[in-house]
Amino acid sequence: MTELSAFNAPSSGEKKEFWRWDETAWVDESRDWRSAKVLTCGIDVGSVSSQCVICADGELYAYNSMRTGSNSPDSATNAFAGVTARTGLTVPDVQFVVGTGYGRVNVPFSHKAITEIACHARGANKMGGNSVRTILDMGGQDCKAIHCDEKGKVTNFLMNDKCAAGTGRGMEVISDLMQIPIAELGQRSFEVDVEPEAVSSVCVVFAKSEALAMLKAGYTKNKVVAAYCQAMAERVVSLLGRIGVEEGFFITGGIAKNPGVVKRIERLLGIKAMETKIDSQIAGAYGAALFAHTLVLKQGAAKPLAAAA
Amino acid sequence: MIANYGYKDGSGEYYISIDTDKCIECPVGRACLAACPKAMFETLVDDYDDEVVCIKAQFRKSLAYDCVQCKPAGGHTRLPCTDACAPGAIRHSW
Repeated sequence: MTELSAFNAPSSGEKKEFWRWDETAWVDESRDWRSAKVLTCGIDVGSVSSQCVICADGELYAYNSMRTGSNSPDSATNAFAGVTARTGLTVPDVQFVVGTGYGRVNVPFSHKAITEIACHARGANKMGGNSVRTILDMGGQDCKAIHCDEKGKVTNFLMNDKCAAGTGRGMEVISDLMQIPIAELGQRSFEVDVEPEAVSSVCVVFAKSEALAMLKAGYTKNKVVAAYCQAMAERVVSLLGRIGVEEGFFITGGIAKNPGVVKRIERLLGIKAMETKIDSQIAGAYGAALFAHTLVLKQGAAKPLAAAA
Repeated sequence: MIANYGYKDGSGEYYISIDTDKCIECPVGRACLAACPKAMFETLVDDYDDEVVCIKAQFRKSLAYDCVQCKPAGGHTRLPCTDACAPGAIRHSW
């Protein structure tokens, strides 16, 4: 069966959603949150994913990362509920909550909203160390290029949220179109004999029709994915060029988990992205929790809000 | 901090950059707010608690069209916003 006939084969039974990425959660089992002096929370409600991060005395204690639902308040509440289910910790136990991301003003139990730009810089500074200078956040429906100083304070930024090119949503569309699980896209993009040219249009709508044309022309699925990963990498590198790229390059957001895009960005920039053991998708919420920690140290605990979970 | 508001699309890059370090202590009383004929600028308190100027959200994805009347095609040789900004905090990328 050729790649194209496989692509056109009628599916039987339930339609598989190849774009669905894995939701994750983690708790530091070596500690008990009850012994922490300062407990803070960061909630990042993005357009595609929502995260809740709990910091105990300024260190990562637990997180929950899940898909954003149909409204921001419920997504924030559900993200926190995931932490509650694993730790027993509730909103009144937390001294300060900072909301960030696209839905930051709609987090029902947050004390303050801070932009995702500042939070990603702060989170990346903690995750990658104080040598982090250039941050690329490849989010669900936007892409941000951020430059920060040694303290994680933003010194230059730009955000492209006008189109889905170079974003997680674009990758989800290609994943569904190629019928390849999204977690496998990166690896599959390297399984080609010759590296193809980038697809000429990074626009998600046109890239979709271009990908179909490539399959008809005899490209394998892997080759189409490679061409799309290359286009995505070229797109974000051009954004980074505007703020200037320095050593200490850190990628946050879901696409940091896609080696097909990351390796191509590294190749184009001539710089290797810094590695971290922490899930790159929680950088914004982690930064928000760290801002909350600083605010508690500065001004004391905030007034308790209604329980959310 | 340099804040770049705008976008890049198939026709080019359209960013208005605001150097907020120069903007914080504005010596001309935020003259840019009145200078822009489309009132695209507004003040906000940023994430570091500084009051600075930014581009209103509704204009950030259409700068190429919104700024056209102040560009050479509109008969201007100088931009009213950059002229009004004495500290030189505002720059256009196109």
